[in-house]
Amino acid sequence: MTAIRKTKEKASTRGVSMKKILIANRGEIAARIIRTCRRMGIETVAVYTDPDKDLPYVQQADKAVYIGSGPVKDTYLNKEKIIDIARTNGAEGIHPGYGFLSENSVFARETEKAGITFIGPRPDTLALMGDKISARKLMQAKGIPVVPGTFDDLETEEEAIEAAREIGFPVMLKASGGGGGIGMQICRNEEELRKYFSTAKARARNYFGSDQIFIEKFIENARHAEVQIFADSKGNTVHLFERDCSVQRRNQKVIEETHAPSLSPGVREKLYKYAVLAAEAVSYVNCGTVEFIVDEEENCYFLEMNTRLQVEHPVTEMVCGVDLVEWQIEAARGNSLPKKQQEIRHEGHAIEFRVYAEDPVTFYPSPGKITRMQWGSAGNVRIDSGYNEGNTVSPFYDPLIAKVIFYGASRLQCIEESERFFRVTKIEGIKTNIPLLIKIARDESFKNGNYTTNFLKKLKIEEV
Amino acid sequence: MNEILASMAGTVFQILVKDGEQVDQGQPLIVLESMKMEIPVESEQAGVIKKVHVSEGDFVNEGDLLITLSSE
Repeated sequence: MTAIRKTKEKASTRGVSMKKILIANRGEIAARIIRTCRRMGIETVAVYTDPDKDLPYVQQADKAVYIGSGPVKDTYLNKEKIIDIARTNGAEGIHPGYGFLSENSVFARETEKAGITFIGPRPDTLALMGDKISARKLMQAKGIPVVPGTFDDLETEEEAIEAAREIGFPVMLKASGGGGGIGMQICRNEEELRKYFSTAKARARNYFGSDQIFIEKFIENARHAEVQIFADSKGNTVHLFERDCSVQRRNQKVIEETHAPSLSPGVREKLYKYAVLAAEAVSYVNCGTVEFIVDEEENCYFLEMNTRLQVEHPVTEMVCGVDLVEWQIEAARGNSLPKKQQEIRHEGHAIEFRVYAEDPVTFYPSPGKITRMQWGSAGNVRIDSGYNEGNTVSPFYDPLIAKVIFYGASRLQCIEESERFFRVTKIEGIKTNIPLLIKIARDESFKNGNYTTNFLKKLKIEEV
Repeated sequence: MNEILASMAGTVFQILVKDGEQVDQGQPLIVLESMKMEIPVESEQAGVIKKVHVSEGDFVNEGDLLITLSSE
């Protein structure tokens, strides 16, 4: 008993100070977190593998600890090892970044048990929102519209077909434990649903450890909008406006911006209201994003909640003039939100372009050594890069090299600057999607803000 | 003789065929994995697998020889 109480007390006092943080991530997000820690006078501990040993974040951290070679489950996903490194190096907090262990409730719980503060939501919130079926049920119960579909695990093919008939094709087959564009399959008719059902279940089991799957109506020509929310442990919840993330390939985002073009102010307000309601429904703490699908008639549906800092958080930081990593650390320390809702203003426009190491046409990954990396210039640009010239992009991790964020008074100004910027950017040694980014920046329907999640598919078809 | 080459750099995730096996045009032969993405490599023509040059778990570069195929 005494031992448990002691740990708890330790955890709370440690949380308040937090002078040293371990970053359980790599690449651009590790570098980005280190930047804020530096400014706040917090020491940082990074972890790295063999392929990552020369990346900038390893040099930038106050201390870098080798975490081994081999698959991610033995390195960046190795909970015990990461907690152990945090403990032996005296880190009082762990920042998980995005991806990897950021939404892993077991990791968050183990971290807290070790007397270290997990910089993110509570473990039970991670578990609840990580299960898409239970998240759907909860949101529906709170009066937030969800995408029409099923609310229980589909056990058999027949069950799935019966449900799909009722909802109407096309449908999206989704793993309850999935997210981030992984574990979903569009089925346009019964034949396709039959074809994909058993593989989807097997994949869900392999990837997410649970074979629970459900069906959602697939909404064509949809827009993908999300609302940034933030809450402190004192019960204050605010939103920091929306982001549009409709430009996607393979259900993964390529461009994000705020405001979302062509969403009426009324719809935006509705999304903010739903997002805050969703966060309050689970007594959310720390940084989160509520994702919505908006159809052609501007009906809004809850899609999922991401219980972490998003890749695209910089666009929100640019227009609101805040540092979300600083907010995360302050919330984890138990402090109140730095701003009240009415003090959070959205000024100007920001667009983020994700630069991927991939073929701009086939979207196939293109790992290799970056022999030249020379960025263009623009009036107000922020480059969050994970790599320098001479670094090697390994095939073991995701293809994101850098995020380039443009800020301007208007959307059109951002787009024009981006085109000029990328036209003179030179990245050599690997293939990147920069030619595609330039093409998007020149595209009339993108410039008009008149685009949906179909956009890249259409752009490619027109090319052929 | 037809050579099946790697369409991208990555790890050989799955080998779906054996030496001597008859394959159809468009049949997936090998699945490559890179950056969390699985890419099937398909046969461009019908034929018989002469030799599989790689093993599961091998690392290959774009353009590396994966399989030789003899067309009938």
